[in-house]
Order: sequence, then structure tokens, then C-alpha cells
Amino acid sequence: MDAAAHDTHDAHDEPHLTPYSVYVGIWLALIALTGVTVLASVVDMKHQAIFVALFVATAKSTLVVLYFMHIAFENRVFWWFLLSAIATFVIFVLLTFADYAYR
Amino acid sequence: MSSDTAMPDLPETNYINAEKGLKSWLTTIDHKRIALMYLIAIGGFFVVAMGLGFMMRLELLNPGEQFLDGAAYNRVLTLHGVIMIFLFIIPSIPAVFGNFCLPIMLGANDVSFPRLNLASWYFYIAGAIVALFSVAAGGVDTGWTFYVPYSANTDANVMLPMFAAFLLGWSSILTGLNFIVTTHRLRAPGMGWRQMPLFVWGIYATSWIAVLATPVIGITLVLVLIERYMGIGIFNATMGGDPILFQHLFWIYSHPAVYVMVLPAMAVVSEIVPVFSQKRIFGYRFIAMSSIAIAAIGSLVWAHHMFTSGMADEGRIIFSFLTFFVSVPSAVKVFNWLATMYKGSIKVDPPMLFAFAFIFLFSIGGFTGLLQGALSVDIHLHDTAFIVAHFHYTMFGGTGVMFFGAMYYWWPKMFGRMYNRTMAYVGFAMFFVGFNTLYFPLFIAGLKGMPRRYADYLPEYHSYHALSTVGSWIMVTGILILFANLIWAIKRGKRAERNPWGGATLEWAVASPPATHQFDGPPEVGEPYDYKIPHLGDDESAGSGADEGKA
Ligand SMILES: [Cu+2]
Repeated sequence: MDAAAHDTHDAHDEPHLTPYSVYVGIWLALIALTGVTVLASVVDMKHQAIFVALFVATAKSTLVVLYFMHIAFENRVFWWFLLSAIATFVIFVLLTFADYAYR
Repeated sequence: MSSDTAMPDLPETNYINAEKGLKSWLTTIDHKRIALMYLIAIGGFFVVAMGLGFMMRLELLNPGEQFLDGAAYNRVLTLHGVIMIFLFIIPSIPAVFGNFCLPIMLGANDVSFPRLNLASWYFYIAGAIVALFSVAAGGVDTGWTFYVPYSANTDANVMLPMFAAFLLGWSSILTGLNFIVTTHRLRAPGMGWRQMPLFVWGIYATSWIAVLATPVIGITLVLVLIERYMGIGIFNATMGGDPILFQHLFWIYSHPAVYVMVLPAMAVVSEIVPVFSQKRIFGYRFIAMSSIAIAAIGSLVWAHHMFTSGMADEGRIIFSFLTFFVSVPSAVKVFNWLATMYKGSIKVDPPMLFAFAFIFLFSIGGFTGLLQGALSVDIHLHDTAFIVAHFHYTMFGGTGVMFFGAMYYWWPKMFGRMYNRTMAYVGFAMFFVGFNTLYFPLFIAGLKGMPRRYADYLPEYHSYHALSTVGSWIMVTGILILFANLIWAIKRGKRAERNPWGGATLEWAVASPPATHQFDGPPEVGEPYDYKIPHLGDDESAGSGADEGKA
């Protein structure tokens, strides 16, 4: 296919190889974060629990996106794509709170 | 039809006859064949949903019950909406003409991910089958918006149509992704972003909306199912949820989806207007950027559908304010089209008629939309027939009309045959007259208080409804003539030349119909709106009377 030919030519001039140790490290970090979730469920934190849950979720997805999905080593254009998705999400939440904050 | 085999311009093998048999179609990864498969499916669903709309109009001919009781009417109404929105308008122009033309216009032989492209078609078909299955399972009466709390409590099986919408959402996400990557990576050497045809710009902007907004509706529908079947309170107030949150999430997708529907239509107008004015497009960069601006601003206005829902005043004011902004880039396009036509040598061929109809009907739809964007007026207009008239003017008068227009523009390219011109004019005239007779009275009835989605009405609205129903007879006749003319052309139409309209974009440089691999090597890329390029002119008098336009 044209597409495949195109891709191998200019996107990955020198393919980035991630050593296994990094993958294992990320995996351990994810397990540790799951541990935090379990711990948080035991401690009674009232409303703070939501912040812990959101922090853990954000940290986990950042690790997955950066390393498992390779964004950390990709072309700049992929960063723009990712940023536009995040910006969209942030705008959706903020504008929705134009209703909730005042109701 | 006498010179069936005599035209020299036609290749003996083309993408249609390159392979034979049903299996060769169902397993094809050729973007043009996939486009045809979409065309058949989408066209079929359009006719079905048009039949349902026709039935509703017939029921409303006179006050009282004719042949549909209230419950049946609600089911027909929901089905009409679900099919028209999810199976017709959202995929229509991108899936058929985006698939067919976008790679060719970029000088590529296919999209970036041909197999994913076929997978999108299967997602579409799977969604369609589930939607039809929901009819067999008794139908749904929620309307296409599936508002909670009703949709979470009704006895009807809402899971099926929601799952169908979920699958169809995947189809649009994957198609959008494919078009974005194709536009970035498969442009022919020499084609920068400013040499791309405006159709590609429109489809590109559309694809971004599809990719960014569609996941929201998918997640929302899953949340409804979770609430319904697992009893977790998300939208249900008695379980600690918030029903207005559903409306937020639903319209976060569904307002941008309006632009998924209409941007491709505007993109087709941007191709047709310069070609039939034989004049370089006026304000190329403004038209291209207004597509992006519509995509961006259009994502910030969703709560204008919810002014009467009980949301906070501050929120309502912000969203009303933002709504007015989105009309600016749309108006930019209209002014640029008009400026393109100014002093051009306008040929009123059938495709151009559809472009005129678009500008006229969409302007009515757009201006009445601004009325509803005004907070105070909307309180009066909300949930009346005025809304029904408004969105049919924008969606049908906009996207539907340009779907027809795109068919009449690219049909000779897709099938290598020309339709009958006289019948095209007759069909168009009936369609246009019928359309306005059908929908315009609903504006007035709505202003006078006729609610939408009602199977019955008070006698004082009778004349509006009767007129509207008569309009539906005229319009449907016109549409059937338009369709029959095209189907007739596939077998019997006169052979079409390579470039019957004198277009300068790359699809007119390849054979009609194109070969499976339309380009042997990277094509020569020129200005997409320069009508004096000799090698595209064929024996046609393309470029005659072309004016010095400034872009
Ligand atoms: Cu809207």
C-alpha cells in the first residue's frame, strides 16, 4: 500500500526502541497506583476520595499514553493531535460547569 | 445510448468491472467501491425514512386520527429521526463522496488505511441491522434524542437503538480518522495545504469533529444503559443523578454533529460554485479557515438546545452569546460563494441549481436558527413546529440538497454516464417547490403555537398542515424523479466525457469511471480553481469566458 510505504519513509527515520526495563518499570508503577486505589478505599476520606481517584486515573493514563502508546517518542504532530483532544475535553467540562456552578 | 462502446475516453476496465461477484464487493478495499456500497446503503435508508416522513404527513393531513394512533405515530417519528440522522445525514456526503473523491483529489490511489475503511462500512451495516432489529422488537418511542428520564424508564427496548447509534458512531470515528491521516500523509508531491481543493478542507474539518465529539455520545449511551440495567444513579434524580447532565452530554455531541452534517454540504457547494461560474474561487483561505472555525466554535454552543430545561441562567446567557458567533463563519462562506459568482460566466446546469437551492434554503434555516439562539425568543419557540421547520431547512435543505447536488455533480465521474438533463430540471423544480410548500407553513404554525411531535392538532392549524402535506406529495414525487433519473443513467445514460463540467480538481483528470488504480504515478498538481489549465480541458470548451478572479 501507498500508505505503508509513506509511513516507513518519513515518520520513523530511526525507529525508537524502548528497552524492556522501561516497560517493566511502567508496569510496576501501574500496579503501585492500583495499590493506592485499594488503600484509598480502606481509608475514609469523605470528599477527598474523588481527588485521589482522579489523580490515580490521570497518572495511570499519562504513563500508558506516553510509553505504551509511544507518544513520548513520536513526531510533534501527534502531540498536537493529543493536545487538541485534551483541550476539547477541558472546554467541554468547563462550559458544562457554566451551568452546574450557578444552579 | 447509441454510442455505447464507441467513446475513446473510456477505459475498458474500471473500478466497477475490475472484479466481479458479490464477494469481490464485500471484501473490497478500493475506496471507490466502498463509496458505492455506502451509496447503496445510505440511499436505501433515505428512501425508507422518507416513506416514514410521508406517512407522518399523511396522518397530519386532517385533525383527528387517520391511520396512526398516538403510540404508533411516536414510533414512526422516532424511526424517521433515527434513520435520517444516524443512517443518512451523518454518513451521507463524507462516506460516499468523501470516500470516492478525497483520495483522488489529493492525487492518491486510496485512503491511508483501506482495510479500516472497509471495517467502517461493516460497522455502519452492523449498526443499521441492530437499528432495524429494534423495529422488529416493537419499536421505540423516545425520539432520536433518547432523553432521560423517559428513555431510562420506558418499557420499550431502548437498548437496541442506542447500541445501534454506538456502532454507527464507531463507523464515523474510524472514517474520520482515516480521512485525517490521508489528508496529512497522502497529498501528491507539490500539493501543499493551500493547493488542496476546498472539498478536502471541508471533509478534513468534519473528520476532526467526528473524531473529537463522537466518543461523547458513545459514552453517554453506555451510561444510560449502565443506569438502566445496573441501577447506578447517573441521570436519574431519585438515585442521585441529574437528568440535565444527559442533555449536556447528548448535545455536546449532537450540536457539533450538526456541523458533521452540514460542513461536507458546504464543501460540495465550494466545488460546484467556481466550476459552474468558470471563475476562480473567491477567498480560498477564508472558505478553508471558516470550515475550521465552524468546527471549533460549533463545539461551544450545544446548550442552546436546553434553554427551557432548567439549567442555570448564567449558563444560558453564555451559550446564547456563543451561538451567535457560529453564524459568522457560515456567513463568510455564503459571501465568498456570491463573490465567486459575481461577474462569472454562470452555467445553470443541474449541479449548480442544487448549489443555488442550498444557499437559499440554508440561509432561511440559518436565520431562523439565530431566532432560536436568542434566549427570550426561544422560550416561545421551543418544542414547536417552528423547530421542525428550522432543522429541516438546515439539514434537509442544506445537507440533503447537497447530497443530491453531489450525486448530480459526480455521477458522470462515478459511473461514466450522464443523466437526462430535462428530467433533472423537472425533478429539481418539483423538489424545490414541494420542499418549501412542505416546510414553510410549519414555521407559521409553530409561531402560532403548534407543538412538535404531536399526532393530532386543534382545527385552527388545519390549513397549515393540509398545505404542508400537499407539499410532501410534490416533494416526494420530485425526489423519486431525481433518483430514477440517476438510476436510469447508470445503464442507459449517454457516455460522459472525462471532464463534462470543466472542473480543475484532480478527479476530473482521471478516467470516467476511474480505474482501480487511478494514478500511475504522482499526478501533476496545479491550482484547483484555475480554469485555464490546458491538459484538463479535454475537447471541452472549459475555461471559456473565465474571468480574472482573485483568490
Ligand atoms: Cu445546536
